[in-house]
Amino acid sequence: MRRIGRQVIFYGILFGLWFVLAKLKIWPPYIFPTPWGVAESLGAGFQDHSFWIAIGVSMKRMLLGYGISVMLGMVLGLAVASNKFLEDTIGGLLVSLQSLPSICWLPLAVLWFGLTEKAILFVVVMGSLLSVTIAMEDGRKQMPKIYGMAGRNLGARGFKLFWYVLLPASLPFIVSGLKQGWAFAWRSLISGEMIFVSLGLGQLLMMGRDLNDMSQVIAVMILIIAIGYIVDGLVFKTVERRLQNKWGLAPAT
Amino acid sequence: MTPNPLKKPASQSAFSDHRSTARAGMVFWKTGAAPALVPLRISEKPKVALQGISVTYGVNGSRLLALDNIELKVRAGEFLCIVGPSGCGKSTLLHLIAGLQKPTSGQILVDGQGVEAPGTDRILIFQELGLFPWLTVAENVEFGMKMKNISKAEREEKTHHYLRLVHLAQFKDSYTHQLSGGMRQRVALARALATEPDVLLMDEPFAALDAQTRDLLHDELERIWAETGRTIIFVTHNVREAVRLGDRVVLLTFRPGRVKREFEVELPRPRHLEEVDVARTARAILEDLREEINKSLEAEYEAHR
Repeated sequence: MRRIGRQVIFYGILFGLWFVLAKLKIWPPYIFPTPWGVAESLGAGFQDHSFWIAIGVSMKRMLLGYGISVMLGMVLGLAVASNKFLEDTIGGLLVSLQSLPSICWLPLAVLWFGLTEKAILFVVVMGSLLSVTIAMEDGRKQMPKIYGMAGRNLGARGFKLFWYVLLPASLPFIVSGLKQGWAFAWRSLISGEMIFVSLGLGQLLMMGRDLNDMSQVIAVMILIIAIGYIVDGLVFKTVERRLQNKWGLAPAT
Repeated sequence: MTPNPLKKPASQSAFSDHRSTARAGMVFWKTGAAPALVPLRISEKPKVALQGISVTYGVNGSRLLALDNIELKVRAGEFLCIVGPSGCGKSTLLHLIAGLQKPTSGQILVDGQGVEAPGTDRILIFQELGLFPWLTVAENVEFGMKMKNISKAEREEKTHHYLRLVHLAQFKDSYTHQLSGGMRQRVALARALATEPDVLLMDEPFAALDAQTRDLLHDELERIWAETGRTIIFVTHNVREAVRLGDRVVLLTFRPGRVKREFEVELPRPRHLEEVDVARTARAILEDLREEINKSLEAEYEAHR
């Protein structure tokens, strides 16, 4: 309760400050937007469906790009975790590549694919693939060895061993990596969408800039934060908690 | 000594002369007559044979000999207990038979066939059980059958059968972390039995349980063993438990593990942990074991100096 109280007071003061500064009209509205202007933009954006369309387009790209990187990351991560040679070679490369901000892949993607859907997808995949792969590798290593032995002991081999034992056994350990992968993918997507008429949220952001419409810029930013928060804080948290409960790993509360 | 009134006279006959020796009910290197409650399939042909098994580990550049030239034959349907101090390689021995680990030298034969890989004819119940927490009790039990591509109908029927055998039928939809230690132990037993192995390998399965639960599980294991006629190789550090359960007790030495001695336990079944004969037999074995335990303690002190 005290936490919520503090948060209400904090955001109240922040909002009040914004309101007062906007009222004083120190800066023109295309530099410092007003709260009512942002609210109007939000309303208008949803009313003329442009926000809905942008969200739909962005989410579709997200699901596709993130889906690809989860699949690839799973295979790569497992391969690296189960083979000493791959770990020493590809494993090291992956860690060093992770220090590269995903937007750095954009020039390369544009040269390879042009200003197309594929270029954006490529950036999204590159942005999240590494963290999914590393999460998968870590999960495989953190997973208690007993499960693998018990599985083999009960006659599980090859793909069955992976699908029915190793994957579920490492799920609680990889879910935080999957969450991180999602966050990276989300960032990469918005950056990628900014570069051309791509219909996504990133492009709406750039459109606001092109039109000197600061209210729209802020409105879209709020939207991006909200979606990120909903997926990250609600969807992934719930999945994480469910997994931990089911696996009997939940801390006693 | 007055005869125990709780015991039937018939089961006492072979062991009535308690004065003769503290080792009543125990004959070295001799296969005895079948006691009252034994499986039907005891035969002299070895079910499992370990031939010159040695295992060495590389530890910090030096070689550690864990098991040294183990020779052991296990009869089909026999309940064999292996005891020894911690660090004698008991668990390693089971992992070898299960095919989860390869010996450095020597050969393991099951029904005359060399063991190369894990097989569902030999199921190991791990000390930590290794139950799958993401599966329900019933799903755990049917796991091995699922891997063997047994039809769903048959799986369900057998799962039900084995869960009833361990008295857990009403917990089939629970998750394993919702159960008590003793119940989890029974799930592991049902899961192992459901794959219908010829040989059941058990690695100190009851070590972490309270005394009452352990007593109960001893009774159940003995009953299930008698009903199913499986060959059981049971590792424990508890000599009384070994005498309580085993047809034969094999004593291993501390590092490197060698077979120090074998004891035939010819006490009638069902046995009980608190029976005088069990305690007396255990004491005789314990005297031999104590020497090895001292060695293992010494090694531990050395390591900590």
